[in-house]
Amino acid sequence: MKKKDIIKYALIKALPVIISYLFIGMAYGIVMTKAGYSFCWSLGISLTVYTGAFQFILVSLLNQGASLVTIALTALFMNSRQTFYGLSFLDDFNSMGQRRWYMIQTLTDETYAVNCMLDKDDTITIKDRRIIMFYVALFSHLSWAAASILGGIFGSLIPFDLTGIDFCMTALFVTIFIDQWKSAYKHFPALCGLSIAILLCILLGPNRFMLPSLALTCAILLLRRTLKKEELC
Amino acid sequence: MLNNIQIAAAVAVSFLCTAFLRLLPFLFFRKDKQIPPFIQYLGKVLSSAIMAVLVIYCLRNTGTGSFQSGVAQIAAVLFTAVIHLWKKNTYLSITAGTVFYMMLVHLLLA
Repeated sequence: MKKKDIIKYALIKALPVIISYLFIGMAYGIVMTKAGYSFCWSLGISLTVYTGAFQFILVSLLNQGASLVTIALTALFMNSRQTFYGLSFLDDFNSMGQRRWYMIQTLTDETYAVNCMLDKDDTITIKDRRIIMFYVALFSHLSWAAASILGGIFGSLIPFDLTGIDFCMTALFVTIFIDQWKSAYKHFPALCGLSIAILLCILLGPNRFMLPSLALTCAILLLRRTLKKEELC
Repeated sequence: MLNNIQIAAAVAVSFLCTAFLRLLPFLFFRKDKQIPPFIQYLGKVLSSAIMAVLVIYCLRNTGTGSFQSGVAQIAAVLFTAVIHLWKKNTYLSITAGTVFYMMLVHLLLA
């Protein structure tokens, strides 16, 4: 494939991610501005931290004046899934030279999904596929960063009340949850996470249930695998 | 409100933790190394469990906040789910759900 074709192909594959990042990234910029942080912070955080869900949580952690330890633990637990995403692309990223560092740092829920789709596409060579992955990562990253500046500037100029715009994060999780539910062979992991989170939220309270829920879910899933010697689903 | 140094420290900590997690599998599993089966298993099953926990996290104040805000959140989640199951379009579902929620908040809490 010619370079021009590769970029075009990557753009088409990344388009759903780019559109959703523009939308959610702008919402993030608006939430940051509403909370009193300049768009420079939104841009800096979007370029470096670059993980949608946690960035929204970070706004409320900053507002609460949470300690650095709390922020570190929340980041580690909330983003632990990033570690598992990397496992699927060890060979691909390792053979991408200097670009591998960029690929590793910009792997998100959404680009992971696009990369998985590319993996199943037999019409492109492995070499082309890896270049396409790079451009998918680049376009997604830049649209997220651009959207947070736009939202940051736009958000302070907007004349009407935007209370409730942060619901788009909840809506994003609901849609991903439904998509995963439909594609999953077994529903135990989803039901396990759901019931433990509800139970611990009631028992421990809304500000303290997150870390115990994730830890307990991991433990139960591993225990169940040991007991049942379950095949990978 | 935190000062700029405190914000910068919080951002730096967030970045380092996230970068570490993203780098971790590449530090552990170089080429030709077998990934332990239980790690593979967790990698596969954890994502849907985590998404469920995140949905509950977003709704965590439903029970303790005002009755109206709880109703608005639950209703908007159900609305988003129905739109998503019906149209199967992530962007439409997020946009429709968010607009619906913002309208409810204005109507119920104004």
